[in-house]
Amino acid sequence: MRLRVGARWKSSVDATEVMVIRAPSTEVDLRCGGHPMTPDGKTDGAELNPLYSDGTQIGKRYADEELGIELLCSKAGKGSLTVGERPLPLKAAKALPTSD
Amino acid sequence: MNIALLLEMAAEGMPDRVAVGSRTAGLTYAGLLENARRAAAVIRRSRVGDSPVERVGMLDLNSETLPALLFGAALADLPFVPMNYRLADVKLRDLVARNAPALLVVDPPVVDRIGEADGLLVRTREEFHELVKTASQTAPPDSDAQDSQDDQDAQDIAILLFTSGTTGAPKAAVLRHRHITSYVLSANEYASAGEEEAALVSVPPYHIAGVSAILSAVYSGRRLVYLPTFSAEEWVATARDEEITHAMVVPTMLGRILDVLEAEGGGLPALRHLSYGGGPMPVPVLERAMRLLPSVGFVNAYGLTETSSTISILTPEEHRVAMASDDPVVRARLGSVGRPLPTIELEIRDPLGQPLPVGLPGEVWVRGEQVAGEYLGSGSRVTGGWFPTRDQGYLDEDGYLFLAGRLDDVIVRGGENISPGEIEEVLIEHPEIAEVAVVGLPDIQWGERIVAYVVTQPGATVTEADLQSRVRARLRSTCTPEKVYFAETLPYSETGKLLRRVLRGQALDAAESHA
Repeated sequence: MRLRVGARWKSSVDATEVMVIRAPSTEVDLRCGGHPMTPDGKTDGAELNPLYSDGTQIGKRYADEELGIELLCSKAGKGSLTVGERPLPLKAAKALPTSD
Repeated sequence: MNIALLLEMAAEGMPDRVAVGSRTAGLTYAGLLENARRAAAVIRRSRVGDSPVERVGMLDLNSETLPALLFGAALADLPFVPMNYRLADVKLRDLVARNAPALLVVDPPVVDRIGEADGLLVRTREEFHELVKTASQTAPPDSDAQDSQDDQDAQDIAILLFTSGTTGAPKAAVLRHRHITSYVLSANEYASAGEEEAALVSVPPYHIAGVSAILSAVYSGRRLVYLPTFSAEEWVATARDEEITHAMVVPTMLGRILDVLEAEGGGLPALRHLSYGGGPMPVPVLERAMRLLPSVGFVNAYGLTETSSTISILTPEEHRVAMASDDPVVRARLGSVGRPLPTIELEIRDPLGQPLPVGLPGEVWVRGEQVAGEYLGSGSRVTGGWFPTRDQGYLDEDGYLFLAGRLDDVIVRGGENISPGEIEEVLIEHPEIAEVAVVGLPDIQWGERIVAYVVTQPGATVTEADLQSRVRARLRSTCTPEKVYFAETLPYSETGKLLRRVLRGQALDAAESHA
């Protein structure tokens, strides 16, 4: 699928939801819990793949520099995020003093 | 992207934490989201005649209605337009009329001042609250309801903020959801605030700082406390009573707060973080603040409405290093606005648009995802992603930015942009005034103070006081010239253009020669 910046994607097998922060212009096989993510979420029949069930955390970012992808988890769930079968790792938080 | 996502996430992860108000009786994130959803329902069914409203305006002080309106408008997918209600009546009516058809939520006295307003559905704050309380939440609209994957035309203006230029009516600066969300997400870490953290907001709701304060606080999980009308005594009392850990002030407020602290003693034991912006901070005031409040981290935040607020900051550590340094170059940084945020590119350019070497002053240009630079009706000032701020400045060897005033003639007083042209229009209407020029002169307290130069008709008897009252009545008190000088002539270019900067230069030279 094409990932548009700002778009929301939902896992078809668990509660995970993400928002796209950065994405390449090419097609991306974004999955959660081993299944492609969709705009609408839970799909009947699809089951969480135990190989991809490390879980996601709300407010954390998942990114791959090489692929040019960065996602913000807007809802936590049991699945883990991958592009195809390649895991999308947690991005380290940076400390920036608030100015507001 | 929609700013309501920030609140949805806060409510998801921190539902029972207090979002706004006092620690014991405030509204939680879950409660605020519910209010916002109900507000969205009210907004969606609001009509002017047969037409649905297209904007949500607010003419009120800061209150707990503000976050509900801000997020409610976002969920209803309409622009939120907070406005300054301290304008004089005619100007106020003109301004609100520009937003029709709109739902306008106001402080009760404003109702009569607007009068019969065409195209506006006016509700007082209390009336709106009642509507929200009884609104249903069935089929609650989530922020992604409008977000179809291929919808490039979706209304995505989150906020319109009116800002003054040199002449003419204020322009509506357009802030789209993606600009503000991008800024908030890059400048804050989700739920990073401890439960004890609380932010005191005393900047007006129609100021970009007032808007970004809400969004940053909500995303971080920091409780918001409002001080609707600033007084230094109340600020200090509130800071103590609510155990405020974070606050944002404009420079004029800081000096007065320090006076109260010195008079009362006792300090501000809970305060960890004080950020300031909106205008130049006099270094002596800053040094005094750092000495009186040694455990507070100070942050200078430079930004514009058009850049969704902060683009450059001087961090607490940089403040301390500068204060403690013997090296004059480092010490001087107390007078800088720090370094650009990692997500911002910044360049100093000459009038032809060419980048200048380090140390040379020119116009500050910026590029980044948070940079909007667009005005309703007059398009964008962005070229190739780069936005000209109209601020003058230079960079030192290590990339610290020093600002040196506006390149246009906009006056910045107390963090507010004021149009000299608007004041000149009012003054020139006086039958005894032949010519007029209004300029801003440097002022320790306000950043700039407003000064008018007038040339009168022969035999005129009009006084400074007459002219000051005229401005106060027609515009607002913050536009009133502090001084009115009666001159023989004013400087004009060969093409007859009024040269305000020449006047300004002359005034500064005169001040220097008397010093």
